Amino acid sequence: MSLLEVENLRVTFPTRKGPSEVVRGVSFTLGRERLGIVGESGSGKSQTGRAILGLTPAPGAATADRLSFDGTDLRSLSARQWRGLRGKRMSMVMQDPKFSLNPVMPVGKQLMEVLRTHGAGRAAAREKALQMLDAVQIRDPERVFRAYPHELSGGMGQRVMIAMMLVSEPDLLIADEPTSALDVTIQIEVLRILDKLVSEQGMGLIFISHDLRLVSSFCDRVLVMYAGRVVEELKASELHQAQHPYTQGLLNCLPQIDEDRYPLPTLDRDAAWAD
Amino acid sequence: MLSVDNLEVTFAFGADEVRAVRGVSFNVQQGESYGIVGESGSGKSTVLRAICGLAPVSGGRVTLDGVDIPAPRTPDFYRRVQMVFQDPYASLHPRHTIDSVLSEPLAIQGFDRRDERIAQALEDVGLGQGFRFRYPHQLSGGQRQRVAVARALILEPQILLLDEPTSALDASIQAEVLNLLDRLRAERGLTYVMVSHDLAVISHMCERLVVMEHGLAVEELTRADLRAHRAQTDYTRKLLKASAGYTKEDEPA
Repeated sequence: MSLLEVENLRVTFPTRKGPSEVVRGVSFTLGRERLGIVGESGSGKSQTGRAILGLTPAPGAATADRLSFDGTDLRSLSARQWRGLRGKRMSMVMQDPKFSLNPVMPVGKQLMEVLRTHGAGRAAAREKALQMLDAVQIRDPERVFRAYPHELSGGMGQRVMIAMMLVSEPDLLIADEPTSALDVTIQIEVLRILDKLVSEQGMGLIFISHDLRLVSSFCDRVLVMYAGRVVEELKASELHQAQHPYTQGLLNCLPQIDEDRYPLPTLDRDAAWAD
Repeated sequence: MLSVDNLEVTFAFGADEVRAVRGVSFNVQQGESYGIVGESGSGKSTVLRAICGLAPVSGGRVTLDGVDIPAPRTPDFYRRVQMVFQDPYASLHPRHTIDSVLSEPLAIQGFDRRDERIAQALEDVGLGQGFRFRYPHQLSGGQRQRVAVARALILEPQILLLDEPTSALDASIQAEVLNLLDRLRAERGLTYVMVSHDLAVISHMCERLVVMEHGLAVEELTRADLRAHRAQTDYTRKLLKASAGYTKEDEPA
């Protein structure tokens, strides 16, 4: 059975000009695999991820014909039921560690908070937190455990975020641009950590990014979103055989290290793609 | 044309000192596009800011056509050298219209025919007159970056310092802005010094580049070297490899 089923997901925000639909009928299923969601800013990729976790910010609203996680219907959960699920069985890594960690609480305490909320004892939580920091390749876990977020670099902060999301060993992880604030070399290290966790713990991963090339080298399957819709679904290995002109355009307009093309091809947006 | 010799920049906070740039040298020829690549914290942006007088130079020389550039920088210097900043969302004044953004440098430098020049500058970057009396929040990221380029070019400078001009933009918009920069350089014989963390962008735009790490210039390469992966240092090889995308095979370092 698939881990997550999404059918006809819609996210709407009220505006002065009437309701604006930012996600317009997205459907997919996720097994224990790495699924990439790619699109440009405003394509609705982040809102899709948030809606799955029930985190659509008010006054927005998410509706779906089907939204089930491991047999649980997510549409009718109470706030209490959500709390039991979020953090424990499904969690989300946000884009920027600077804005997503509590600046006035030491990192270790924040990590322990997740476990304590879901019923672990103090000593056990501490040990687990330190283990997790070690698992995300932080060299000196004891020091980082005591450190405040501002005392860590961007790459360290992002690893702490990942450690925090994974400390409860969720079945589903949604990573919203987890590496776009990081340097390329650190980016690869963070991906390697995620990769290991997917293959060792059998976790499902939704990887949201604007970087088509990165996603195709990392994920098993890729959904390409444009203006709130999925315009194409591909196996990552078959990305170069993309059919949709938007996907082709996105691939083409990236400069390559070993290629000479002047001028770079640009994307001619077709109004029909949004329909 | 522009020559940087053993440049050092030190920021001091009380007793603490951060040596952000520790002896960087390079020469940029007239009409050339020169790249500076490095990761965050390598001091690449600081080099540009130091040339522009926005960061304290603590050692070394910067010369323009063999003459030391004056400190503090004079209006004459800014007439010849202009900078485009990284984030178009942060570098345009939110309460100034595009018209006033573009007319301010003209007023400072005492240019004539301001009206015509603003109209022409907007045409040059492919925006047109319709954008002239709008505010930055009414423009998209790509349009804002075009305004930032227009603001720098309106003084008809010879050298443009570009600090990650496309890193805040989507891939398709990045292609448009890079094409614009390419076209303007070809038309006007401009000289570029471009900073980026993206090796592919630098390889597309620049004939020569320097790789920086921890405030030091690690290695200087030509575009051909970069394409043939002829890197001398481990650090550059690591960067090249990481830029190629995620690979499962190799073990964590």
